[in-house]
Amino acid sequence: MSLSQTLTATGETRPRVSARPIGDRVMHALTFGSAILVLLVLGGVFVSLIHGSLPAIRAFGLGFITSQSWNPVTEIFGAAAPIYGTLLTSAIALFIAVPVGLGISVFLTELSPAWLARPIAIAIELLAGIPSIIYGIWGLFVLAPFLQQTFQPWIIDKASYVPGLAQLFAGPPYGIGVFTAAIILSIMILPFISSVTRDVFETVPPMLKEAAYGLGSTKWEVVKNVVIPHTRAGVIGAIMLALGRALGETMAVTFVIGNAHKIATSLLAPGTTISATIANEFTEATGDLYTSSLIALGLILFVVTFIVLAAARLMLHRMEQRGK
Amino acid sequence: MQIADRRRLRSKIFMGLSITAAGLGLSILAIILGTLIYEGASGLNLAVFTDMTPPPGGQGGLLNAIVGSLIMTAMGIVVGTPIAILAGTYLAEYGRYRRIAHVVRFINDILLSAPSIVIGLFVYEIMVATMGHFSGLAGGVALAILVIPVVVRTTEDMLRLVPDTLREAAASVGTPRWKMIISIAYRAARTGIVTGVLLAVARISGETAPLLFTALNNQFWSADLNAPMASLPVVIFQFALSPYVDWQQLAWTGALLITMSVLTLSIFARILTAKKAHQ
Repeated sequence: MSLSQTLTATGETRPRVSARPIGDRVMHALTFGSAILVLLVLGGVFVSLIHGSLPAIRAFGLGFITSQSWNPVTEIFGAAAPIYGTLLTSAIALFIAVPVGLGISVFLTELSPAWLARPIAIAIELLAGIPSIIYGIWGLFVLAPFLQQTFQPWIIDKASYVPGLAQLFAGPPYGIGVFTAAIILSIMILPFISSVTRDVFETVPPMLKEAAYGLGSTKWEVVKNVVIPHTRAGVIGAIMLALGRALGETMAVTFVIGNAHKIATSLLAPGTTISATIANEFTEATGDLYTSSLIALGLILFVVTFIVLAAARLMLHRMEQRGK
Repeated sequence: MQIADRRRLRSKIFMGLSITAAGLGLSILAIILGTLIYEGASGLNLAVFTDMTPPPGGQGGLLNAIVGSLIMTAMGIVVGTPIAILAGTYLAEYGRYRRIAHVVRFINDILLSAPSIVIGLFVYEIMVATMGHFSGLAGGVALAILVIPVVVRTTEDMLRLVPDTLREAAASVGTPRWKMIISIAYRAARTGIVTGVLLAVARISGETAPLLFTALNNQFWSADLNAPMASLPVVIFQFALSPYVDWQQLAWTGALLITMSVLTLSIFARILTAKKAHQ
């Protein structure tokens, strides 16, 4: 009997696989199963959120996204105010945190002496790990009263003479509100931005920088013309990563945004975000439609952050590939 | 000459701004930590660790919240870590160059920064809604889901640092792959994997959003996994937003406790990796 006949007779058509020890087959199956579980978690999140938001989708359709009303009594829900609040707070937070974060990384990679750069970098990475609830409680008890007594009355007074700005900074200084939430958010994402951009700045080959210095470039010109162009994908990736964090950030915002379901023209007015709405109202939601609407909010948040984070990862991945 | 002056001036201005940014960012973060220590330490006494959370206006401590946090964190680690280490092993060993490994890696990186409140909603849907009540068990599962991406990532990274020559040496003396992974790769990457687990503990010990509607809260002592369970972050959330001064003080103290444990864990993890790099 030839070998192939033996294999066919015993039902073994793939001798290579059967030759693997049983331990390997078990180990392979276990590790593979666990890896698949990671995919299943993501799939499960999507499926369960879609399932949970079906009643709301059926009741309101696409109008859910554009409607501003949020009325638990009449059970009419719309996501426009939380979506607006989420986008607005994240945009303001990025507007503040990106320049400051980049400034810190430029300081760390170009200006600071080595003995200072290392401890600062470590401090920043440690701060990136501080839970958001800490920023929330600080925002509520320290930042909000501070802004209420100092910055807000000042800007309301000064802005009232400038058309356009007057609407943006109108109304009584509550302390809490969209603006305060955005500030807290910017402080929170600051360590993320600077630790990631510092890492990508360090991938710039010293030779390139030295060549530019050799041609007589100033530090600013080296940063602007060598470092930033070389790391553009990484910097954009870092910003989008921070945006992903900001969009989904819950506790830091929930403490200080005021949870008001309306789109106000004034930045100082209370507002709400998707995550703050869910955190504040979910356990108190009565009725299936209310709960379902909150889950639908979660679905919107998840889809948006998924897209932003996927784009961020692709950018950073491209950066890594080029670094190799 | 004039152009050179202008360029030098511009550089000085921007570098000045950069130093200002660094100073600003660092001082804000220092102020936050300073306030936290100042406000938190004044409420720090033995009662915090021995008494239950008080009713409004009463005296009390945080014992049930601390224990609840410990139980759920432990559960998150116990459930999440084995799965994550195995998944990380697949990415680094068996499936390193397979397409599926790329997909898992990508999805894992997204889960790493996905909003934790959404994970809370997910666990609410699959556990709380089906079981009909909030429970510490659901809280633990929610935390386990947050542990997985952190540990998968570090396990893979650390296993990849193990030189392939070690793997080849093992193969050349006839060691089966699974034995090589367990006795050689894991042993070489042990410190790194432990670091990953420590970072995961640090990450979940301050998580609030995924516990809000899974474990909920419990004003009383409870170690029953099938009942709602208190946790430090959720108690901080509730107490800080209350109008009672005693509660607010406890919230600050709890916040200090969390921050200190998170910082200690991260520093410890850093020391471990630093030693590793030194060897």
